[in-house]
Formats: sequence, structure tokens, C-alpha cells
Amino acid sequence: MSPIPATRPRASAVRSRAENRTGWGFVAPFAVAFLVAIVAPIAYAIYLSLYRQDFFGNQTFVGLSNYVRALSDPSLWGGLGRIVAYIVIQVPTMMALALVAALAIDSGRLRGWRFFRLTLFLPYAVPGVVAVIIWGFVYGPRFGLVGSVNTLLGTTLDPLSPRWIIVAISIIATWEWAGYNMLVYYSALRTVPTELYEAAAIDGAGAMRTMFSVKLPALRGAIVITLIFSIIGSVQLFNEPNLLKPIAPNAITSDFTPTLYAYTLSFAGRQYSYAATVAIVMGIVTAVIAYIVQLRGHREAMR
Amino acid sequence: MNRTKKCAVAVVLVAAVSAAGLTACSSGNGDGSSGGAATGGATASGAAGSSAALSAALKKGGALTYWSWTPEAKTQVAEFQKEYPNVTVTYVNAGSGTDQYTKISNAIKAGSGAPDVAQFEYTALPQFAYGGDLVDLTQYGLGQDKSLFTDGAWGNVALGHGLYALPQDQGPMALFYNKKVFDKYGLTVPTTWSQFVDDAKKLHAADPSSYLTSDGGDGLFASSLIWQAGGHPYQVDGTSVTINLQDQGAKKWTSVWNQLVEGQLLSPTPSWTDDWYKQLGNGQIAALVSGAWMPGLLASSAPDGKGDWQAAPMPTYDGGPAVSANYGGSATAVVKGSKNPELAAAFVQWLSENDASLKIFMDNAGFPTTVKQLKDPSFADATNAYFGGQKVNQVLLAAANSVAPGWSWLPYQEYAQTIFADSVGQAYANHTDLNAGLVAWQKALVDYGKTQGFQVTSGQ
Amino acid sequence: MSTSRTGARSSRPRPSTTLLVVLVLMTAYTLVPLAYLVVNSSKTSGDFFSTFGLSFGSSFELFANIGHVFSYDQGIYGRWFANTLLYVVAGGGGSAIISLLAGYGIAKYAFRGRTALFAVILGAVAIPGTALAIPTFLLFSKVGLTTTPLSVIVPSLVNPFGLYLMWVYSRDAVPTELLEAARIDGSSELRTFAQVSLRLLAPGFVTVVLLSIVATWNNYFLPLIMLSDPKWYPLTVGLSQWNAQSTGTNAQPIQNLVLTGSLLMIIPIVAAFLFLQRYWQSGLAAGSVKQ
Repeated sequence: MSPIPATRPRASAVRSRAENRTGWGFVAPFAVAFLVAIVAPIAYAIYLSLYRQDFFGNQTFVGLSNYVRALSDPSLWGGLGRIVAYIVIQVPTMMALALVAALAIDSGRLRGWRFFRLTLFLPYAVPGVVAVIIWGFVYGPRFGLVGSVNTLLGTTLDPLSPRWIIVAISIIATWEWAGYNMLVYYSALRTVPTELYEAAAIDGAGAMRTMFSVKLPALRGAIVITLIFSIIGSVQLFNEPNLLKPIAPNAITSDFTPTLYAYTLSFAGRQYSYAATVAIVMGIVTAVIAYIVQLRGHREAMR
Repeated sequence: MNRTKKCAVAVVLVAAVSAAGLTACSSGNGDGSSGGAATGGATASGAAGSSAALSAALKKGGALTYWSWTPEAKTQVAEFQKEYPNVTVTYVNAGSGTDQYTKISNAIKAGSGAPDVAQFEYTALPQFAYGGDLVDLTQYGLGQDKSLFTDGAWGNVALGHGLYALPQDQGPMALFYNKKVFDKYGLTVPTTWSQFVDDAKKLHAADPSSYLTSDGGDGLFASSLIWQAGGHPYQVDGTSVTINLQDQGAKKWTSVWNQLVEGQLLSPTPSWTDDWYKQLGNGQIAALVSGAWMPGLLASSAPDGKGDWQAAPMPTYDGGPAVSANYGGSATAVVKGSKNPELAAAFVQWLSENDASLKIFMDNAGFPTTVKQLKDPSFADATNAYFGGQKVNQVLLAAANSVAPGWSWLPYQEYAQTIFADSVGQAYANHTDLNAGLVAWQKALVDYGKTQGFQVTSGQ
Repeated sequence: MSTSRTGARSSRPRPSTTLLVVLVLMTAYTLVPLAYLVVNSSKTSGDFFSTFGLSFGSSFELFANIGHVFSYDQGIYGRWFANTLLYVVAGGGGSAIISLLAGYGIAKYAFRGRTALFAVILGAVAIPGTALAIPTFLLFSKVGLTTTPLSVIVPSLVNPFGLYLMWVYSRDAVPTELLEAARIDGSSELRTFAQVSLRLLAPGFVTVVLLSIVATWNNYFLPLIMLSDPKWYPLTVGLSQWNAQSTGTNAQPIQNLVLTGSLLMIIPIVAAFLFLQRYWQSGLAAGSVKQ
């Protein structure tokens, strides 16, 4: 903050105090909910991670041994490896689709753009359980849609086999989320002031040029933020593998993703403490990744 | 979140009373114990044990919460409340299998919200019994009702030194096959497992899109087959557990099943999927080794196969006397922390032994565990349209009577089930030796048991 | 009618066929699975198992299925629907409101600890929510909150992304000069907020409301572990229970009810989007404000 000019110290000091109070006033409801729903459970999770429960209800203090176990746990790191593969496949594809759609809809050169904007958004409204039921059918290698493709083309595609399962999940996740990201990009595009477009037109810029010089820079913030949130969401991948497990039992192991692993540990294994440890390790890994992405993103923006 | 084996839904319609004589089924199982079937069982209220105390509780009345996912539970509750108007039973369907168990565990941990009475599959019962979450029913005299149930069923609920539930239904295993497909390809109905393997080879060679049976890998199914082969992979004694997934029985099973897995003779379609039902209906999966509840499921979900199927005893390893195992089945227990355990015990007794309750149960295709109902001629002689009019219950009764004795489930069978795919499932997926998978599964189970505070011995 | 801003003076730009083709392909990808949902909601249970997934059954049973959905299990679906509305209004609506307030506060008031607070909140997104659910459950059960609607509503109030969006909108759409002007005129902060800022924040707020609504409408995992009594389930958990009931040994094949129930679930969200879209579009003040 810049130094307060000596001519009006009292007014500024009063302003600062008032600003503090008002600022905190506006933030208070969120902060309270945040404390109760996020901070308290995290604190409790950290507390839990220092103990171990057994089947008979005994709880013993084990210090950091859960963390030592986690750091060398092949289930955890194998799951993380799968996540990296998943992110590399799913995130760029989904963002590209969402960008193309948002730009197309905003371009004014698309007939029926309102229809497209609505339909592409629809899958976001479909709950995960339902999405997996539907895609379970689509992926059926005998009688599902894939089955029909197989019959037509004589192939033996099986998306739910161990080889292709990550791609199969990526397709479902992209289907679910592309419309949502498209909406985010589209909203960002809508805040671009008309003066910029007029200026570009005056400069004689065509559609392509306008897109690159006006639209994409305006989207930069939205792209970085959706990238971060997509990566964070992908690291936490749980819903789709969990719901697909019954129909792809050997492709999706109980530790397929770290979050699924924590879930198995908690609900099937009753190892709450170790599950909390896994969650905390994953949280740290995610935060590191998100921070790196954000740094790169801002560095790009600075150029 | 896979719940493939729910409470055993069994066979078929109890048709009109037929005058045929009693079938030769004793309530005892393979080891020759007499099983005291003579009295034919009496109805619950007023029967064995300290029924005076329980009757008094029922008259006095109170409120109970009952969690179950069976289709007949609601009707049973209504009937119960008609007989005992002073008792209010709130029936809640809190999910099937693991979903419900998780909620019960969570509620017990939280100290509130758990039901008084709940349904537990036999495979999940040890976990809650040994964990101290269930009320021992012997204090209400229910231990004396042993003679009303088959030994096999009783063995599932009399754990350690207590009685933790009363049996509800069971799933004795048999072979269900599509006769039309068998006739078409000239397959013999296998009485031994080596014939079964031969049939599998023959069918798949003749029609590569068809398989004799499906098995995508399931821990409870594998365990049941090891059971039939005479294995005892899980032994429990209080807090000590012995796991041996490579004992004689297990090796017998793998020597047969490896031929199917490595020979890629098993349909890879996962059970309970759309594709699976369609393949059962159109004959591309020609047979199933499954529990007594399978016929009902076939009838409702694979309607295209109606009239084509038949039931036969499970193949044996040596062509000797029939031996079977149990696959699925649940019991009813009283949860600790119930505010009215005596009333809850009385309700459990009514549910499991009362004739009216059992009639509702069997009308919903339940396969009973009570000697009286099993010996009822109308049950044995019921014909099944889906099975071309065959008296399927006779096959299933014989199976129930030949279930190998002396079986236990782990106190953490649910967990074992969840991690099965990680080890043995991979053998299925890669068509490699099941023994390696079993060894890996065993190691994971031993390690887990130790972390959980059990004394675990790895039997080898 | 296109609301194109390019070429306001020149002729309307030519519609592009390439764009159309690309978008049609995307729409096919989007709609084919939904077609499965619609088609199978109109089949009987028997037809569901014996006909091809995307073909219609022998009779059109959509209305019969809808009737079954509402009457099955003594009409619990209706109760689930009401519960979902409760969670959406209280949780989703509440979340949007507190995100609005907090985002505005962080953007427009340089209070002490602002950067730290913002960093902490955004950082909290990194913790896997699913794995955090167990400690949340254990914590809530100690306080006796579980199995009540509060156990679902309170956690869903926190939506860091909504906060971020409102921060961006507040920063971009509400010029500090306007606030200064209002202050000089003697308006209190709250009044300024209500009369000046709110109007400018409306489009962003509507977006956040829409996103919060969808998130709470589709909330699955949290209610699953918090609630043990089906009478408090939202539709997601209820439908998944029906789905689990359709598989396994005690199966009651009601997949067609699950699909019909799912179809009914989606319609309100679509309606909400359509309704809010009009408002949001016409209220667009942003763009003309940014300097």
C-alpha cells in the first residue's frame, strides 16, 4: 500500500479501519462456513493421521509412521501415475473442445448458436450416477453402441478393458464437463468491451486476427483458472472409476486413483487414519501442481 | 460399490399344493448329523426358549427400526403389526449390502442412528459379530431354536460362542444350463468338472461368440467354489485368523478353473450388466454355476431364455456323491445399542420362524432355511415355467442338503471382496495362473488383518 | 438473431459452415448418450432387457413410467425431489450469496489479511473433497449433526470457485470510482453495495447461482455418507440406491425407472438454465463498464 500523505492522516486512518471492518464484514459468512466445513475437518484429518485404529476400536498414537507408509505405498503412487496419464489425455482435449465451442458461439457466425449453447451444456446437468449408467451401455462391447460399431466394422473394441479404461473415463469426463467450461469461456468473452472490437475493426482486423488479438487474450485468465480447476478436479478423480467399477471390475482396481484408494481404505478397510494420511498427501501434491500451473500461467500472462 | 451377491433370492413359484409325498431331504448336511428334523418345527411365538419373556415384550409393545433390502420386508412388517398392534416397526431400505453396512458402521461409530434390527449377509455377519456390534441372542433363549433351521444355515449365524442372528435365506449352489444350446452343440450335462471343461472347449470352438459360462472374477464366487472343493481357506477363532488360499481345496479348484481362465473359455462380460443379461437370454452364455436365487433373476431379467433352461447338481471333482456350497444368503440380527433389544429379538424370531412371515418370504421367491418350509411338499414339487416345467426346487433342496460343512468367513470378508480384483482379478484379466493371484490376495489379507489387530497366520 | 458485435457497421458476417459442422459433431457426442436416456425412459422393464439400447420398445410407456416413478416405494421419489430442492435453495442459494458477498469484499476492500485469506481459500480447493468427507463425517457426528439436512447444507455452502468468479466480476464490473462517488455522497457501504454494485454484479451472480444450483442438485458423495435415513436423501442418492437394487441377487429390475427418474431430474436444471439465461443475457452491463 502506498504511503499515506501527511496532509490527511486522520481521514485515511479512519478509512482504513472502516475498510477493514467492512471488508471482513462481507467476508464473514463465507469465512465461518469455511472454518466449519473445511478447516475443522482438515485439522481433524491431520490429527487422525497421527493415529491408527484397529478392528477392535483401539486407537494408538503412531506419530508419522502413516506418512512413512504412504510415501512408499505402491498403491498410492501407482494411482498417481494413472492420474498423470489421465490428466494428459483428458484436460487438453476437454479444454480445446470447450474453447472451440465458446469461440464459435461467440463468433456470431454460427447459425443456431443458442441451441448449441444449451445442448452442449446439458451433460453438466446429468448426475454422475446417471452418466455412468448411460455410458455403461454405450461402452458395452457386445450389445452396446460399441458393440454395434464392432459388428459394423468387424473390430473388437472394448473400452472397459484395462488397456483403454483411462481413455474411456476421459471420454465420459469430457462429456460431462466440456459444456461447463465452455460456459466459463463464453462468459469471459461476453465481458470483452465493445470498444476493443470497434478498435480492431477500425484497424482492419479480420475475424482470425480479432480472435487472436482480442478474444484469446481476454480468455487468458479464464483459461488459466479452468486449467487449474480441471487439474485439481482430475487429481481427485473418483466418481467415474467408482461407479464404473461394477462393470469393469478388473480394469479398475480398488486403488485405481488415490481418492478411490482413500475411499476403499475408509469404507471397506475401516482404516480411517491411513485414509486421512493419503488425503493429506494428495492435498499437498495437488497444491504443488496447482501452484506450478498458476505460476506458469501468470508468467505467460506477463509476456 | 459392487454388490453382486445380495440376499439369496431363490427359486420359484410356490405353486398350488400338490399331493406328492415328501422328497427325501433331511435337514442335516453332508456330515451325517441328524439335524433333528422330526418335529417339523413349530411356529415362533410360543415355541422354544424363553418365549414367555419374548411374548410379554411383544404384548407390551414399543418401537423398532428395521433395515433391510429384501422385496418382502415391507409386507412382512405390515403383517407383524397386524398381529402385534402394540409394536410399531419402522421399515427403512437404507441400501443393499455394502451400502447398508457402511451406514450401520458409521451410525454405530457416531453413537446414534443405527437401527434395532437389520439384515446382514452371511459374509458380512462375522465382521459385525466379532466387532461387538451385534447382540448375542442366546440370552433371549433363541439358541434353542437351532432345530428349526438347517445345520448349514445355523452354522452361518452361530459364530464363536454366541448366536448373532437368525437365518433368513440361503443360496445353495447348483448348475443352471441352457438345454437348447446344449442340445444344439451336442454337449453332455457335466457331472464332473473335467466334463465341464470339455464342454467349455467344445462350445467355444463351435461358436467363438458363445461361452459355457461367465466369470469375470468375484471373491465370493471363488471362495464358494473353493468351499465346494473341500477347501477351508479362512479359519477364525476369536481374534486369531488363519488364511490359506493354497490349501488342497483351493488347489483343486484352480487346477480346473485355470484351464478355463488360461484357455480364455470364460465369458469376460461382467455379471449384472446389460450385456450379461442379454447373453444369458440369447444363449451366448450357456450355463451358470450359481445360488438358488438365480432362477428368479433369470426369469425377470433374461426373459428371452424362457423355457430353455434346466437345473442340475453342481459338477463334482471326482464323480462321487454330490457336494455343494452356499453362495449368498442373509440373516437378521439385533444391533447393539438398540433401546429395546428384547422386543427386537422377538421381532427377529417372528420374522425368521413365523409361518405367515415365511409364506410372504417364499411368495417373493425366497429360498427358506427353516426345516418345516423346506420339507413342505408344495415347495419341493413346484414347477418352474422358465425351466420348462422342471421341479427346480428338488435340485436345490438336494444342493442345500449337500453343502460341505465347517466353513467360515473372514471377519473382514467385505474388505477381501473389495481388493479381490487387485490381485486375483488381474489373473482373470490377463488369463494367467490363478494361484499367483490367490497368493497375492492372501498376502494382502494377512497384512491387513495384522494392521487391524488380529493374530493372523498364513497357512501354507 | 445474432448479437454480433463485430462488424456493427459492416454487413452481417457470413455464417460459417465449418463451424456448423464442428458444432454438430460436438452436439452428436453430447446428445447420443442423452438419447439413450430418453428412449429407455419410454420402455417397459421387459423391453429394456430385450431390445437394443437406442431403439424404442414395443409400446410407448413414458407416462406410465413416470407414474411408476412417483408411486414406487410409497412415493419416496417425491420426497427425494423435495429434499433436493431444499438442499439446492439452502445450500446452493446460500453458497452463491456468501460467495457474492465474500468475492465483493475481497475485491473492493483492502482489509488486513485479505491476500492471506484469499490464498488459503483457493488453496483449500486442493484437498480432495472425497477423502475429506470422512473426517467431516466423524466431526459432524460428534456434534450430532449427521443424518440431518444440515450435514449436507453446511458443507455445500463453501464453493471456492464461486468465490473466485465473484471476485473476478467484482473486480472487473464494479469500478472503484463509482464506489468512491457513492461514498462521497454519504452512502453507507451496505447501501452502496445494494443499490450500485449489485446491479452491476447481476450477470456474474446469476452465473454463480446457476453453477451452485447444478453442483448442489447433483451432489452425491456427501449426502451418501452423511445421511442414513432415505427420507432425507436427495435424488442422486435415491436413484443410485434404486440402481443398486436393480443389480445383484435380490434384483428388482427397475432400470427403466432409474432412467425415467433421472430424466425427470435433469429437466428442472435445464429449465433453470433457460430461465436464468434470459435474465443474464438482457442484464448484461459488463463490457461497457470496463475501462
